[in-house]
Amino acid sequence: MMPVIFITDGLIFLLLMMVFSFVWYARGQEHLRAPWRTVARSPMAMGSAVILFFYLLIGIMDSIHFHPQLENVNNEEQQYSTKILSLLDVTVTHLREQDEKTFSAPFAAHAYSKETIEVSDGSTLREYPRLNYGGAHLSDPDQGKTIDIILKSVVGVIIGLIVWCFVSSVIVFTSKCRTSLSFMGVVHSMLKKNNDIPWKVIHLTIGVVIVSLTVLLYLSNYYHIFGTDKVGQDVFYQSLKSVRTGLVIGTLTTLVMLPFAILMGLMAGYFRGWIDDVIQYLYTTLSSIPGVLLIAAAILMSQVYMDNHMDDSIGLAQRADIRLLILCLILGVTSWTGLCRMLRGEAMKLREMDYVQAAQAFGVSQFRIILRHLLPNVMHIVMISIVLDFSGLVLAEAVLSYINIGVDPSMHSWGNMINSARLEMAREPIVWWSLAAAFVFMFMLVLAANLFADAVRDAFDPRIRGA
Amino acid sequence: MQIIHRIFILATTILISACSDSPLNNPYPVEEDNKNIYYDTFSERPKHLDPALSYSSNEYVFLGQIYEPPLQYHFLKRPYQLIPLTATEMPVPVYQDNNGNVIDEESPSEKISKVIYRITIKPGVLYQPHPALATGKTDEYIYHTLEKNDLKGVHVLADFKETGTRVLTAADYVYQIKRMAHPKIHSPIAGLMSQYILGLTELSKQLAEEYKNAQTDEASYIDLRKYDFEGARTIDDTTFEIVLKEKYPQFLYWLSMSFFSPMPWEADVFYSQAGMSDRNITLDWYPIGTGPFMLSENNPNLRMVLEKNPNFRGETFPIEGEKNDAALGLLEDAGKAMPFVDKAIFSLEKESIPTWNKFLQGYYDTSGIVSDSFDQAVQLNAQGEADLTEEMKEKGITLLTAVMTSTFYTGFNMRDEIVGGESERAMKLRQAIAIAVDFEEFISIFANGRGLPSQGPVPPGIFGHQAGEAGINPYVYDWVGGKAKRKSIDVAKSLMIEAGYPDGRHVETGKGLVLYLDSPAAGPGSKANFDWLRKQFNKLGITLVIRATDYNRFQGKMLKGTAQIYQWGWNADYPDPENFMFLLYGPNAKFEINGENASNYKNKEFDQLFGQMKNMGNGDARQLIIDRMVEIVRRDSPWLWGYHPVAFSLHHSWYKNAKPNLMANNKLKYKRIDPVSRKAQRKKWNPPVWGPVILILIVLCLSIIPAIRYHKRRERSAAL
Amino acid sequence: MTAYIIRRFLYAIPILIGVNIITFLLFFVVNTPDDMARMHLGQKRVTEQAIEKWKHERGYDKPVLWDSQAEGKNKITNTIFYQNSVRLFLFDFGRSDNGRDISYDISQRMWPSLSISLPGLFLGLFAYITFGLTLSFFRASYLDIWGVVICVMMMSISGLFYIIGGQFIIGKVLHLVPISGYDTGLDSIKFIVLPVLIGLVGGIGSSTRWYRTIFLEEMGKDYVRTARAKGLSEQMVMYRHVLRNGLIPILTGVVVILPLLFMGSLITESFFSIPGLGSYTIDAISSQDFAIVRSMVFLGSVLYIIGLLLTDISYTLVDPRVRLQ
Repeated sequence: MMPVIFITDGLIFLLLMMVFSFVWYARGQEHLRAPWRTVARSPMAMGSAVILFFYLLIGIMDSIHFHPQLENVNNEEQQYSTKILSLLDVTVTHLREQDEKTFSAPFAAHAYSKETIEVSDGSTLREYPRLNYGGAHLSDPDQGKTIDIILKSVVGVIIGLIVWCFVSSVIVFTSKCRTSLSFMGVVHSMLKKNNDIPWKVIHLTIGVVIVSLTVLLYLSNYYHIFGTDKVGQDVFYQSLKSVRTGLVIGTLTTLVMLPFAILMGLMAGYFRGWIDDVIQYLYTTLSSIPGVLLIAAAILMSQVYMDNHMDDSIGLAQRADIRLLILCLILGVTSWTGLCRMLRGEAMKLREMDYVQAAQAFGVSQFRIILRHLLPNVMHIVMISIVLDFSGLVLAEAVLSYINIGVDPSMHSWGNMINSARLEMAREPIVWWSLAAAFVFMFMLVLAANLFADAVRDAFDPRIRGA
Repeated sequence: MQIIHRIFILATTILISACSDSPLNNPYPVEEDNKNIYYDTFSERPKHLDPALSYSSNEYVFLGQIYEPPLQYHFLKRPYQLIPLTATEMPVPVYQDNNGNVIDEESPSEKISKVIYRITIKPGVLYQPHPALATGKTDEYIYHTLEKNDLKGVHVLADFKETGTRVLTAADYVYQIKRMAHPKIHSPIAGLMSQYILGLTELSKQLAEEYKNAQTDEASYIDLRKYDFEGARTIDDTTFEIVLKEKYPQFLYWLSMSFFSPMPWEADVFYSQAGMSDRNITLDWYPIGTGPFMLSENNPNLRMVLEKNPNFRGETFPIEGEKNDAALGLLEDAGKAMPFVDKAIFSLEKESIPTWNKFLQGYYDTSGIVSDSFDQAVQLNAQGEADLTEEMKEKGITLLTAVMTSTFYTGFNMRDEIVGGESERAMKLRQAIAIAVDFEEFISIFANGRGLPSQGPVPPGIFGHQAGEAGINPYVYDWVGGKAKRKSIDVAKSLMIEAGYPDGRHVETGKGLVLYLDSPAAGPGSKANFDWLRKQFNKLGITLVIRATDYNRFQGKMLKGTAQIYQWGWNADYPDPENFMFLLYGPNAKFEINGENASNYKNKEFDQLFGQMKNMGNGDARQLIIDRMVEIVRRDSPWLWGYHPVAFSLHHSWYKNAKPNLMANNKLKYKRIDPVSRKAQRKKWNPPVWGPVILILIVLCLSIIPAIRYHKRRERSAAL
Repeated sequence: MTAYIIRRFLYAIPILIGVNIITFLLFFVVNTPDDMARMHLGQKRVTEQAIEKWKHERGYDKPVLWDSQAEGKNKITNTIFYQNSVRLFLFDFGRSDNGRDISYDISQRMWPSLSISLPGLFLGLFAYITFGLTLSFFRASYLDIWGVVICVMMMSISGLFYIIGGQFIIGKVLHLVPISGYDTGLDSIKFIVLPVLIGLVGGIGSSTRWYRTIFLEEMGKDYVRTARAKGLSEQMVMYRHVLRNGLIPILTGVVVILPLLFMGSLITESFFSIPGLGSYTIDAISSQDFAIVRSMVFLGSVLYIIGLLLTDISYTLVDPRVRLQ
């Protein structure tokens, strides 16, 4: 295996590192810990967090890329395939490789449309042909399919329950290390009603997610559980691959705009004067350009740039990745202004505070004041805007892909799925599964993000905390 | 207040339309219900409506009904046959040698120095009513000397209240041919025609000179009547001559295209006045013709409306056709005066789903079938023939199919180092890929079987195409059991070994072979296509990388010759093999010259045979040469071929005289509509369903009742 | 007041210059005039002269920013930037790359956009305020809880699904309105019902929730408690005080988008083939019509700035404590 690191992969891991170091830092800061503790007490937020965690897991697995090894022909130097796979691709190889010819409905054993089949005696027949993989293990799908699906689901549920038990015990063990309670004691305290942290909800959500994942994955060995698309690719696979795209857009956009927004906002509010004027001019100008047009222009430009300045050795996947990054950048440019304006207002208030005045009087350097005194006190605003922006960005991706200024058409994303599935609505019988799969996956992510964001906002927003 | 007002209006309209017998979802005004109007769609704004500029089928939909070139294709007869339109009879070329002596048609081409086409037009043909032709009491044109002030309040052509007409003259045809040389117009066929029409090049030079000198302001008008032109001369009011430099039998086909329509000089004067083009009033936007229809509304954001030309001379429906036509009811209107419809409304429809649904609801009279709705409309029977589904048959819809005279191909750039060139290695590689890319599968997935895999550059229906065993491409197909069968992938794999790429890896370095497809396509539809292509190349172990760019970049790459593999299509200008073979003619290369030979293919023998074949009449001798040429390109395989699409179109029962004709552009005049039956069917198909709406309202109302109760209880407890 | 408005307008000028420069640079890096010409002249047999001519007609053969050959002030004026961008300030949008008069097109396409966005705005305000008020009236009852849950769920659905679903069900299954299209005058009503309704439903989630928060905040204030203590019925308190005072932040929030209603909605208009400014912009993007996109960017920026100004003014109108500086 020869690892490949896409730019967005690198940024994702950078982001993860930042999150971890922030958590490390926040552990020591009571004013940051307290609101998070409030978040942790909300059952809704913790349930959502579990779901988000699983999405994140899929996203991270899909962010580890490599060239697979090729078999050695005659003792030459080790050769690698030009293909690029991710950890997720390898985990679900069966989904990736079991392609049908064209559409098939979820759990179908037969193709979606009739085809001319040549019978052994040379005559032809119009029939729904059997699928290559979906339900291929059944000898008579009309008879045994339903029972088979139920049986297979039961097996899936059992496997899921076993995995769940394992995962939950691991969680119990890790928390046991911190307390003096015995294993059963921890379990008991977790099941108690008046618990600080809603352990019951957490375990239950983990259970539901794990069991449904194992059932789906187990069934997907035998069926196309979400059907297949026009060229016979498994829709479940596409939905899983789209997770990374959604997450990258939702998080990296914020990551790239954050330094600018924070620095500019604080500088404008703190220094006032001409710096303030310049920064205000900058963000008013940028925010007065209609966002969609700015994005369209930037995406077109990046295409041109890539065509002219990149040699052909850069593969399609990398190109798509660069386009994704550019999309994040430009979305960042259009969305940083709001945060910047808020931070400027906050900084203006803070600079009048006694401790800032005192620091100034002691001759502490301006930069240090911003870093030590202003920044920690606006962190809650930053936090709220990060979580609030996330779901909006995931939704924006779908819309942008509709007008072809979103991610690269070759990249898996929910926007691209909706966009191509939209055209299939006119078919009879309707091809609804691509749309439904994209809907379900997107809806769960955005709903979880929204609920989590609500809890975070409630916890951090001093206005509501006071009320 | 505004809200209440709006709701009120809304309620009343719903009430009004509910009371009338027109369906609620009728997109047209109620009063149009009984009218003899033809409804169709267009998906893209026509870029040009100037007959000297227009060169695209979506523009011909309109232009073909308005402008009348001297010739036209017979509506019913096959193979396609040219007949006179405004001409009184088919022109017969007269060949002359250097000394002006008339010589035989079969004389060697180097002897022929002039070919003369003399065309006589019908007398008394009138132009549509148009302000450019409006005259005052003293016969002077009233809108030819407009001042800036006169144009105040003028936004569209209809703002000129007066209109006029005049008789079509031979000079109008000559005027239009001269317009091809006009420096301001840049007709797309000017270059091609300069090769043939005597003196056109010189005229262009002369006009360009004049134009440069006279160019003080944008509106400067050059009076083309003043210029002597050897290539086209007026003999008398109804006769003109076109003189060619060399023998060019295909020229007659050009005479049926709108490039050779008449153009009254008055229109040119009228549109060239200062301030006109600032108001979008140009010849490119408001055509003026003698045809059966005139463009009465040009609003490409919404709809284009063609209305019957009141001055139309009254052509009659053809009285004879193919054998079956009478049985199919296509001769019911024989001898009757055309056009049959009073108006044709073309609505803008960019999305395929609404278009299709509106067709099913009866609001469009005809529709193509997009791939996505194919299964709903058409099923293939056991013999693999297309037939309508029960649902369609119940609605009385009929299906027409025709193999298009076009070809979609995937080509290799012959200038490329890996896939191009004449080496044995590259040729084997190309042949292997041609076998591996399974166009039968492509057609069945992406075109629902609506296509024929191509065996060579010439599509069926064009002279030179061979059917059956003699016509298969032996490098890709075998003839098995009376059918062409694609060679197995093993054959392709062994070709790959011979080419030095066993399993798609370079025999020496062991590196995987990576090829690139350049494509201007981006968007949802193309993704599936790319995935499929990648799968095909993967069969040979080749990694195919798609370089999707926008259309401009793609064109640029093709011109620079830096593309590797590309996809392209060609739609016949006229039914002659020359129009397809020239796509592979060496001197016609795309590279630097910007010809139509996008593969930059060059083969000495092929080019020499092309020169021979080009001017020959159809016959055995020509067939022999074509066969040889086809064999050469099949071996060299500069294209991995592709397919010839088959057009499927659906028509409602009230739509009469439907017969596919891929060459004619002026088909609207033959169409007949039965508005009474249409109205009845629309009503039957579109019953409004109110149930779910009422249900939702009830649920909404019910949901609030328990809340009110809860609230009451809370209030009571608070009061206590 | 007048002086303030004038000052704000003067302040807008450098912003518009900035907008202009940004878009100009973006689009000229994107597309060289050669590319634009090729795009617009069609596909078959395009000659070099045709491209030159096309560029010449539109002034794209001039130098980009500085003409070193010209004399005096022509050094600046005889450039693509000057001729294409500067006149925008006079709202002279010139001609699109396909030769159409942009100002005329905009003036024609504005009305369909407005006919969707205006009723959408008013009906939306009416519906969302009703819902928001109802939820806060029944606060903490199960109606409120479920209402909020449904709101969050509706927020989490991509707008594309509303459009696809609505068009499919109401247009195709129920046969109540035409699936797409547009007409002028009163006939347009049957075409705008569906897009307006879908826009309305799509916005319910976020707006209702937001308005509910505003009303709840208002209800927590002292004067409401006083009013209740005075013995006013809950309905009266809601209607007299909470609604009235809650409307202030809602309406001032709406003011900023008022001018932008002209721009129309990109997605809705192209789905329902409504010939408004939204679909105009989309078409221009896909056909890469530089002149139109730039004009729309400029127009959008101007309208946005007007919106900001209107917001400031409306603040002073509703709350005399806010002084304009």
